[in-house]
Amino acid sequence: MNAAPPSTLRALAAVVRRDLKLALRNRGDFVNPILFFVIVVSLFPLGLGSNPDDLRRVAPGVIWVAALLATLLAMDHLFKPDFDDGTLDQLALAPHPLPVLILGKILAHWTVSGVPLILVSPLLAVFLNVQPQLIPILMASLAVGTPSLSLIGAIGVALTAGVRRGGVLLTLLILPLYTPILIFGASLVETAAAGLPVAGQFYVLAAILTLSLTLAPLAAAAAVRVSLG
Amino acid sequence: MKFPPDNHLAATSLACVRGDRLLFEALELSLRAGRVCVVEGVNGAGKTSLLRILSGLGAPEHGAVTWNGVDIREQREEYNRSLSHVGHSNGVKGELTALENLEAVVAVQATRRDAAPAEALSRVGLSGYEDAPLKHLSAGQRRRVAIARLAVSAAPLWILDEPVAALDSDGVERFEGLLAEHVAANGIAVLASHQGLAPPGAVSVRL
Repeated sequence: MNAAPPSTLRALAAVVRRDLKLALRNRGDFVNPILFFVIVVSLFPLGLGSNPDDLRRVAPGVIWVAALLATLLAMDHLFKPDFDDGTLDQLALAPHPLPVLILGKILAHWTVSGVPLILVSPLLAVFLNVQPQLIPILMASLAVGTPSLSLIGAIGVALTAGVRRGGVLLTLLILPLYTPILIFGASLVETAAAGLPVAGQFYVLAAILTLSLTLAPLAAAAAVRVSLG
Repeated sequence: MKFPPDNHLAATSLACVRGDRLLFEALELSLRAGRVCVVEGVNGAGKTSLLRILSGLGAPEHGAVTWNGVDIREQREEYNRSLSHVGHSNGVKGELTALENLEAVVAVQATRRDAAPAEALSRVGLSGYEDAPLKHLSAGQRRRVAIARLAVSAAPLWILDEPVAALDSDGVERFEGLLAEHVAANGIAVLASHQGLAPPGAVSVRL
């Protein structure tokens, strides 16, 4: 009479689908960090003056720092609402490996918080007078870097989900882990601007992504259990 | 539908500490198929903490919970397959409709073949509210959606924290119907309640 639970892969897909649907209905939560990204970057030409060479020189760093902060700003919505309404309990009580379901949540979260950053970055590159041929490289660096930001950030928000006003704590926990991604991401674009090969930085970013893709869900799941217990 | 008659939930010498307060210690519990356990106690006595420990969400300071003789921490997925938990908070999403919430459950949990989400909603008296976002419904109606999770669940063990909080008399009656059916099918239920929900033959644990 009873159906066995759906396969873990189907459960993962269901988690992604549910979170995307929720994001679509709570658009404000995800639009704000993207607006923040656009506003911060577009303030730099005003602050630095309009010397095109100055802007071009700082552009990779500015865009990367702003993307990092925007990701950090969006991280709050990954577990906090679920923690508050008890759906995180239900996730932890599902008959599937929790890291897999958590990976689904992170995936959905990156789709609505990371992908838009990559998509608007060409516009911001134009604001900062970046050479057009560098724009695909900038986008590629963000595409490899921002998933790692979401994955590593998930560990921090999982740990601070039960803490009221955990924002500062989260920043302190996570920023040290973000710095390598920031350094290699920005340096990738700068190196490309100097006309040098960028394979080295790209591989490092890819290695960080591989590591965080495999290890971060495990750590985040353990952190979720600690927060719930 | 009948659950296996040899299911067995047991807790041995459980102790729980919250902050620096000892809530309970040396708590023993043994429930066989078809039994209901009602956890009683004043506010702050540790009812919710006990239920979370029994669900595997919280870790006891001391002691262990076993399901069919095996520590639940050593068989987490297996145990979760057998467990349906309605917590203090409803575990439903306000932005999703009643039906979407239940469909999200069905996509993850083991469910009964003979109970579709729409049917489960009508069993808790929410026909006509399938497509309403839950944030537009009342607290009692949201609780009914949480209860509807039990109606689709194929889990032999229910752990329920104040299941009828915010429910009106019709809601309580519908819940009692589901509980009676569950017990008749060899199900096990542990519930914390002030409302004197104890069905005949229930074991009582006082904290």
